[in-house]
Amino acid sequence: MKPILNVALPKGRLGEKVYAMMEKAGFSCPAIYENNRKLIFENPEKGVRYFWVKPSDVAIYVERGTADIGIVGKDILLEYAPDVYELLDLNIGKCRMAVAAPKGFRDDQRRTLRVATKFSNIAARHYLSKGRDIDIIHLNGSIEVAPILGLSDVIVDIVETGTTLKENDLEVKETIVPISARLIANKASYKFQSDTIDYVTQSIASQVEETND
Amino acid sequence: MKTMDLPLDVTERIAFRLRTLYRKYGYTQYKMSKFEEYDLYARNKDFLLSENVITFTDLSGKLMALKPDVTLSIVKNSRDDAQGLQKLYYHENVYRVSKNSQGFREIQQVGLETLGNIDDYCILEVLQLAAQSLAEISDDSILEISHLGLMSSLTQDLSSDQKAEIFRCVGSKNLHELDAVCKAAGVQEETAQLIKALASIGGAPETVLPKVRALLGDNKPLQLLEQVSAILGDKIRIDFSQVDDIHYYNGIVFKGFIRGVPNAVLSGGQYDKLMRKMKRESSAIGFAVYMDLLERLEQELPEYDVDTVLLYSDESIAEVSAAAKALMDAGQSVAVYRQIPEGLRYREAKTVR
Repeated sequence: MKPILNVALPKGRLGEKVYAMMEKAGFSCPAIYENNRKLIFENPEKGVRYFWVKPSDVAIYVERGTADIGIVGKDILLEYAPDVYELLDLNIGKCRMAVAAPKGFRDDQRRTLRVATKFSNIAARHYLSKGRDIDIIHLNGSIEVAPILGLSDVIVDIVETGTTLKENDLEVKETIVPISARLIANKASYKFQSDTIDYVTQSIASQVEETND
Repeated sequence: MKTMDLPLDVTERIAFRLRTLYRKYGYTQYKMSKFEEYDLYARNKDFLLSENVITFTDLSGKLMALKPDVTLSIVKNSRDDAQGLQKLYYHENVYRVSKNSQGFREIQQVGLETLGNIDDYCILEVLQLAAQSLAEISDDSILEISHLGLMSSLTQDLSSDQKAEIFRCVGSKNLHELDAVCKAAGVQEETAQLIKALASIGGAPETVLPKVRALLGDNKPLQLLEQVSAILGDKIRIDFSQVDDIHYYNGIVFKGFIRGVPNAVLSGGQYDKLMRKMKRESSAIGFAVYMDLLERLEQELPEYDVDTVLLYSDESIAEVSAAAKALMDAGQSVAVYRQIPEGLRYREAKTVR
């Protein structure tokens, strides 16, 4: 019997796009279109099982081997540094990790800079490399309000179009790193299913290239 | 009595079998009964799986540690004999942060080390023992082997920071970033392509090794890999993305995987660089099996906790004891209670009278 390939997909548009690519690669699972409340879909014929999980949790499922492969943003990989293979840059879901601050903000070097962010590790590493002493305020959402209310001086967050920033009178001060979706694989699963996983990687890579041309 | 029949849990049974295996190959047991100074671990903290160590002060005020690792102690306490050979195995508890939990755990670790004049046969023997250790644990296992010599020869002119960046990409098979990193480090295009090719190669030796030969031509590491692969058979994979711990290891490195366990359960390699760091002349190779990861292996729950529950009320203690003994002599396990405890699974319940 062929072993089942377990795929963790991030809920939302990105996950749907990737499922379409997986379908083209020959891992279809029509049930996925039927019922919107179910989270796990299986097609034993094609030897594949999909599950929808919170985007930031995909890496956890893959690192612990519950999922053999998954799709995750580079931001999550940088923040949590999971021990997985990063096999492919999908070049979709593009955005950037950036420092933003109220318009006209100037960094006062005499004081510790207060940084509000969901991405504590990325922020810490960025400022460490610049030798700037900071105070990290870890928030779970609505980061933009922190500098407006005086909770922090700047924020480190994902910026896609910049609309949210603009509406809150913030602007990007510097880009830390560009972000896009990545295909990741569990290191142990890869040993046992390398043929299947390599095939999926190749097939998605060629689809990515086609759309770029 | 065979070990299968002993009332052992899965990790105890595996540890028992591994020790039997290592003894069969003439390895002698290394026992650790005293504590090392914290300094030993602090100086080599990159070698450890996690840098957190439990410390305490001993009677003379020295800062000591509960061992997070056994290899460092073996190297420190064994004699440095570059001509001879010592073959040791150990089965010890170590204290470190377990991969899947916050906080310290007491973890069983079984492993072996060969120290001294390491030749190709020593390397083969350790690899064979690693493969057989995996076979003792599960029928479905893979031993993945790499040789650090190949990747190092391609990156020898780079600074250690640049190397670290490149190896980070190689280790996660991140080929798309590797290009940019190589370019930033000023690696020549031709070399960058070789690094990339090597990082992406992985699979059975008969398909991988000819590819490497075509890429890099004849070289010593490749010859060694060809020789050991021919002997080890079909349970192995070659994968050059295995580049961790370049500061301690050189030559052959390997990791063992069991289907159903998401991380490597066995890890080892030749660590001459660690030996030099610790001012040793001799070479060394060894591996460890992480028993904490095997807890989750499927095992059948016994149907019953106990054969017989023997219930008593106002009988004399002599009567109760005699009744229990009679049942035990008949080969049953007997739990004596006044009333049946909740949740206990038993084959039958009896009363003393």
